[in-house]
Amino acid sequence: MTASIATNQTILVVGGGISGMTAALEAAECGKQVILVEKTPALGGRTAQLYRYFPKMCHPTCGLEINLQRVRGNSNVRVMTMTEVVSVSGSRGDYTATLRVLPRYVNENCTACGDCGRAVTAEVANPFNYGLDKVKAAHLPHGMAYPQRYVIDPSIVGTEEGEKAKAACRFDAVDLDMQEQTVELKAAAIVWATGWRPYDAAKIQPYGYGRFKNVITSVEFERMADPGGPTGGKLLRPSDGKEAKNVAFIQCAGSRDENHLRHCSRVCCMASLKHTQYVHDACGEDGRSTIYYIDMRVIDRFEDFYQKVRADETVSFVKSKVARIAENEANGNPVLHGVDTEGYHRYAVEHDLVVLAIGMEPAIKGVSLPEDIILDTSAFIEGSLDGGMFGAGTASSPLDVNRAVQNATAASLRAIQVIYKTASTEAA
Amino acid sequence: MAENKFAAYVCSGCGIGDTLDAGTLEKIAQKEGKMALVRGHSFLCNAEGVQMIRDDIANEGVTHLCIAACSRRSKSEAFRFPGVAISRANLREGVLWAIAEGSEHDEVRQEMAEDYVRMGCAEVKKMTVPMGSPVEAASKRILVVGGGMSGMTAAHEAAEAGYEVVLVEKAGKLGGFAAQMWKRTPFRAPHAEPQPTGVEALAAAVEAHPGITVHLNATLAETAGAPGRFKVSVAQESGVVSEEDVGAIVQTSGFTTYDTGKLPELGGGQPNVIDQVGLEALAMAADGRPLKREDGKEVKSVVFVQCAGQRDSTGQHLPYCSGHCCATSIKQAMYFKDANPEVDTVILYDDLRVPGMGEDFYRSAQNKGVIFRKAKATAVSGGDACKVSVKDLILDEESTQEADLVVLATGLVPNAGVNLDAWDKVVTTAEGGDAQAAEERDRLRSQSVLKLNYRQGPDMPQLRHGFGDSHFICFPYETRRTGIYAAGPVRRPMDMFQATEDATGAALKAIQAVENATRGRASHPRVGDLSYPIVRLEGCTQCKRCTVECPFGAIDEDERRYPVFNESRCRRCGTCMGACPVRVISFENYSVDTVGSQLKAVEIPDEFEEKPRILILACENDAYPALDMAGLQRHTYSAFVRAIPVRCLGSVNTIWITDALNSGYDGVMMLGCKKGDDYQCHFVRGSEMAYYRMSKVDDTLTQMSLEKERVVSHEVAITDHARIAQLINDYVAQIQEIGLSPMKF
Repeated sequence: MTASIATNQTILVVGGGISGMTAALEAAECGKQVILVEKTPALGGRTAQLYRYFPKMCHPTCGLEINLQRVRGNSNVRVMTMTEVVSVSGSRGDYTATLRVLPRYVNENCTACGDCGRAVTAEVANPFNYGLDKVKAAHLPHGMAYPQRYVIDPSIVGTEEGEKAKAACRFDAVDLDMQEQTVELKAAAIVWATGWRPYDAAKIQPYGYGRFKNVITSVEFERMADPGGPTGGKLLRPSDGKEAKNVAFIQCAGSRDENHLRHCSRVCCMASLKHTQYVHDACGEDGRSTIYYIDMRVIDRFEDFYQKVRADETVSFVKSKVARIAENEANGNPVLHGVDTEGYHRYAVEHDLVVLAIGMEPAIKGVSLPEDIILDTSAFIEGSLDGGMFGAGTASSPLDVNRAVQNATAASLRAIQVIYKTASTEAA
Repeated sequence: MAENKFAAYVCSGCGIGDTLDAGTLEKIAQKEGKMALVRGHSFLCNAEGVQMIRDDIANEGVTHLCIAACSRRSKSEAFRFPGVAISRANLREGVLWAIAEGSEHDEVRQEMAEDYVRMGCAEVKKMTVPMGSPVEAASKRILVVGGGMSGMTAAHEAAEAGYEVVLVEKAGKLGGFAAQMWKRTPFRAPHAEPQPTGVEALAAAVEAHPGITVHLNATLAETAGAPGRFKVSVAQESGVVSEEDVGAIVQTSGFTTYDTGKLPELGGGQPNVIDQVGLEALAMAADGRPLKREDGKEVKSVVFVQCAGQRDSTGQHLPYCSGHCCATSIKQAMYFKDANPEVDTVILYDDLRVPGMGEDFYRSAQNKGVIFRKAKATAVSGGDACKVSVKDLILDEESTQEADLVVLATGLVPNAGVNLDAWDKVVTTAEGGDAQAAEERDRLRSQSVLKLNYRQGPDMPQLRHGFGDSHFICFPYETRRTGIYAAGPVRRPMDMFQATEDATGAALKAIQAVENATRGRASHPRVGDLSYPIVRLEGCTQCKRCTVECPFGAIDEDERRYPVFNESRCRRCGTCMGACPVRVISFENYSVDTVGSQLKAVEIPDEFEEKPRILILACENDAYPALDMAGLQRHTYSAFVRAIPVRCLGSVNTIWITDALNSGYDGVMMLGCKKGDDYQCHFVRGSEMAYYRMSKVDDTLTQMSLEKERVVSHEVAITDHARIAQLINDYVAQIQEIGLSPMKF
């Protein structure tokens, strides 16, 4: 299929989050042919799952809309969703990538009318909300999903539920016989914009994630704050559904720790500062946020935002690496134990809810990559030996959105250089 | 030229035909919309439906089509017909999904759909297919202003992609600030040791590159033109001026360090109290041997004071953090430790800010024995034995520390040129005939980096603290001067690694700008848009509103004060069109008429029917998608509203408001992006301008004897899909309370 349109003038971008979309679009808008592959059913990546961005407190939907307009309007970009790169052979200027395309069970006839979703009753954990709620087994990945097309969970294929979805569709869009496909394509350069994943919080044993219901991660908190999220935008404690008013944010959860992630994940300080404002917005002057930190790493002009939050009387700061969390069994409150290093006194403090500012881990960690790829000590991509493959965005380093996009734009030029040089060599 | 032929296609799929009377919609398109060809289809976006439209274009000579189906944001690939004017009547997201279910709403729902069909037909009749602006742009060369690390990188990376580069550097050699450094912090793993800067190798590569022309000892004397056709006068120190034709500009004019003389309390200016640049000079002289002070004494103890004159809340010094200084001090402490592990190296910090892999570099310094104290230096005195008064923030104790040398980690100050706010004031005063102001204007101009001859000033607008950064998180290279991109520390405080990345990204954007300009296409965010502002100068009253209000400085004035449009600087937001009081500015597919005819196409029920009509003018970037999302999520809203997407609220001409009120609309809602400091308007000032203009609409309302509530504005983001439905419903209720407009006929 797609193989026929790809040539050694094509750029392959792996990952359809904001970095991948940027790398793809910037090259396409320079007139280059790009194939953008995304392993989930829709573009957007992790930024689409954020409620607001720091420091402007604006919504990621705004930039996503512009980027999707760019995708829709540019025939140089070919998007393949539910697609992963299995292997890469060849070298700079002449790669062959083998892609695995998982069945969506919904074809391009889909209009997103929603009939299949209404027909099925089975529900599955909602990945868009980090599994905090459920979604119909036939669903649109999220409101701004591109392609605007439903996806059917494999668990109902071959069941009566699957047949219900098929029967409900008036456009022959449900195809339960779809099979996994393998596709090969040529590319001159490959940009790995494979992004990040939250570090597995359960591995930070003393914090009790998974054991204590009211210990959650920052990415989960982000979904809770979104009016379109699992709690309708209310900050509710998982244990009893009560509003969380006194919230603790624990920095470096997994980061700056040689037992977990040796790097600093860069975004977490700003993210927690932003989260204190969610608490303030939800609870007003009754809200209480406490940030437990080692260093507040809010570099450059982010300092303005830090000072703004510093001036917020509902927010306090404790310079301390929290040692462990216990639970008050009577009320479900997490109890934080540690030493406040400023003045050196011990504390045991209860909060309604604890949010772990969870570290960023490269999403490709543990995935087999072409041998040529150069990784750093935390498995972020530095480049490739042959100079034809590049990391972009958080695949290359723990970066905030702005820096990830900047980095992806640079990666896009590096890919264009490969095409230029390949073409000039061939012409010579 | 072939005759125009208008066609409408009404889709009954996705349940449209179950709930709406599609047959009537077709009739309306034919009779009222005056469409020559009208077809219904049960699944218009599938291959067969699309083929039907293609066949009509090919065989029936259809040139204009109205697609009455889903939102313009859906199925846009299927409904892409190059060379044909297309309007979309939003029956699915905008009617079927947005209006509550149930037969009690059948009548108003159907009326809404009928109006959208009328509007779609009316709009497309006023549209022509944009053919692209007449291309005067021919140059694909890229000018880089500043030959430091960022500038050399931008030049080299662009040249390596096959683009010719002109690099202008005011000093006698390339290298800039980086050339004053002995070593740099590591770019790659292992992040453990200081690395050679690589400046000489890069400078040599730039000078040897066949695609790069380097002008040393040179600055810009004047920059005229627009993307694709900039004419730049490059003035050599010798007085020789040469002309360069370039298509885009990357500004990498770097920074200067904050003057330690402004920090007397920290010993600034006293012997053996130096800044980080001073320390680099000592390291360069030592070249790996133990570092010696200026007086020749070997340094046995050194204290680094972080955030010197930075992160300052008193208003005296820099309010921001310069981002690189923690890692730089770590690197410099290593200079001492690597030459002699016995040297005492203490870093006094508040927050040690080494994000990402900087953590490994920090660890490496700890392993080398560098001491880190969370402490504040309250006073420093220089001399043979420097004294630092230290407040330890952990022990909460004050003490004095002696050292042979004190290094103040001062911040960086961008070389961004002229602050345009200051420029505006001076120019306005000078135009009033004030000689002193005229002198000041000339002085400011001499400090300019780019020397643009734009009406809106000689440099790029600055965002915060003098940095020329983009305001947008998702779009770090979004610029308010099309085709000109700032990169490196002039854009935002950053370290050398980030500066090289930044410069590479900026080089790409410059390449994109020349590619767009030479094809007559818009650049971000309306990438590829071929429409451009067309002005009927014979109707122009030289009021200058368009030139003043353009957020991108795209419009100059000629000697008779007529506007001169520079299409390749233009971003096609239409703010000029909204500003024009005599309505002589339009785009081929977006004009006072395309919107005006839509709002007039709506059937206004007479007052006895008690059905208000509310016009919504919704920004297509956020508010209109939010309406779609409200539909998708079934946050239902009143069927009395009629929404028209606009390119930006800035493009809203007040004539639309007065026309609507005169035609008997009961209210007008303007829904746009957030304005103010944290603005989200993709055209920077569009929503701001709209609010400003609307503040004057109150007078019009008074003249018409209408209540001021008849026109309202709201800021809406896409995420606000539940709120937008609520806003509409609340407003409709309010209008019903006020009563219907007396202007109905």
